[in-house]
Amino acid sequence: MTELSLTEQLALFLPELLLALGAMALLMLGVFQREESGRRIANLAIALTLLALLSALTLPTERAEIFGGSFVIDSFAITMKALALIGVAAALLIGRAFSETQRVGRFEYPILILLSAVGILLMISANDLIALYIGIETQSLALYVLAAWHRDSVKSSEAGLKYFILGALSSGILLYGCSMIYGFGGGIGFAEIAAAPPSAGLTIGCVFALSGLAFKISAVPFHMWTPDVYEGAPTPVALFLASAPKVAALALIARFTLEALPPHAGGEDILTILAIGSMILGAVAAIGQANLKRLLAYSAIGHMGYALIGLIAGGEEGLIALVVYAGIYLLTIIGVFCSLMALRAETRAPQNIEELTGLSQTQPAMAFLLAALLFSLAGIPPLAGFFGKFYVFLSAIEQGFVWLAVIGVVASVIASYYYLRIIKLMYFDDPDISLRMELSPSSRFVLYASGVFALGFILAPRLLSEPAAWAARGLLGLP
Amino acid sequence: MPVPMAHILILSAMLFTIGILGLFLNRKNVLILLMSIELILLSANINLVGFSARGGDVVGQVFAMFVLTVAAAEAAIGLAILVVYFRNRGSIAVDDISVMKG
Repeated sequence: MTELSLTEQLALFLPELLLALGAMALLMLGVFQREESGRRIANLAIALTLLALLSALTLPTERAEIFGGSFVIDSFAITMKALALIGVAAALLIGRAFSETQRVGRFEYPILILLSAVGILLMISANDLIALYIGIETQSLALYVLAAWHRDSVKSSEAGLKYFILGALSSGILLYGCSMIYGFGGGIGFAEIAAAPPSAGLTIGCVFALSGLAFKISAVPFHMWTPDVYEGAPTPVALFLASAPKVAALALIARFTLEALPPHAGGEDILTILAIGSMILGAVAAIGQANLKRLLAYSAIGHMGYALIGLIAGGEEGLIALVVYAGIYLLTIIGVFCSLMALRAETRAPQNIEELTGLSQTQPAMAFLLAALLFSLAGIPPLAGFFGKFYVFLSAIEQGFVWLAVIGVVASVIASYYYLRIIKLMYFDDPDISLRMELSPSSRFVLYASGVFALGFILAPRLLSEPAAWAARGLLGLP
Repeated sequence: MPVPMAHILILSAMLFTIGILGLFLNRKNVLILLMSIELILLSANINLVGFSARGGDVVGQVFAMFVLTVAAAEAAIGLAILVVYFRNRGSIAVDDISVMKG
């Protein structure tokens, strides 16, 4: 591979560059134009994200390494960046609606989301340990602040504090692992680590690093923060937490295990433990939850377990399953959080499952959309979520992990209980309170787009499976 | 005489363990949690610099500089969140961080 000139390297780095410089420019704008700048900054941030999405999609599709091999751009990175940026755009659109209805119009919200998005893109493209660490930290530091966004609320600040302490602990563990890998693997580049001779220190480092990464996708046993942070953080922030950072962390784990982990480091065993634990806990622990956002947190834990199966199965099919699963989960969960935000019991959003009782009588259209999205999360055909699970389990069976697929199917049957309970409350019980709808045009767009995706995926599955296949071939180095 | 690598590894492992224990055994004060996190990051830094000096490779020292920068940003954000939390709750005892459970 020939060395690229600096301009060519920066051209490949354009999405990150746009977001980073744009976020700083918007921060200046917000500081110097104090009054009434919130709305304009929110709009500019959305435009900037779409611009970054466009520039990510127009990147050259051949694998290229920039900045001395620190960053890699291939079809896998482009696909995952596009998915993550869709999540970022949704969080910005909904955040704009949220700050208008809640009268907490502070202009920092879109800027923090953009800064976190920079970290997300860096994570997806990381090709050595420094890039990996800096990407994760850039993403997390902005998210800690966002979780504590309602600074007058005990719950929100507690969510921020818990997220910060556990997040910093996981970064510390990850970093300790990185230092061991550097010492015993003889370098920080992913390719150097993969070629390192086996040693106890390298294995310890890989275990520590994978544990730190598992925290970011909230895989069991590193999931303790998820329910509390989802419950305490404002709903648009919870939406963001559930979407783009999860996709980025999955992409990073996939690249790290496939390109950096030496085969003797036991990566597959660790991933199997994480996947089984997450699927079972996600299915069982959510049953007793009364709070909607806590329930979605446990459901997120379970869904990350299913996505990891694709990675464990490996090969082209497994990676396609991983990308398809991540995409379907991202586009569905956005709609679920969006509908929770749109509903209003008196002045606040409904907190508990019981508050949705009889929604089909008071808000039939919303009840239908929410039911479709929940059916999709549960994985019931013919909705989108079914195909995600189908691809994942099929790849596991084809690669000889039948028992893993069996555990997954059992867990998803158990998990469908709590999705169906919400649907039963909405459709078969009489309402005590009447819920109102407050949908701004932007959140209406996000909600309908997500609903149409969940319902219509069966008509055009190629829209997602073809980019996924392209991404998988790029990561595996196949033509 | 250069310090043997084993000594550096044992020192950093001890600091790392003290940091982890500080996080899990401490029930009094959130500030001590922040110090424990700082200890964990510094133990990784000792490893990085040690390996770098031992192997004659400068990358580890560059990594350590990045870690120092991130640690400073992390401490600033952590203290800011802690101040917000103290205003709302009136306490920074670890046992009091329990409004949400389940």
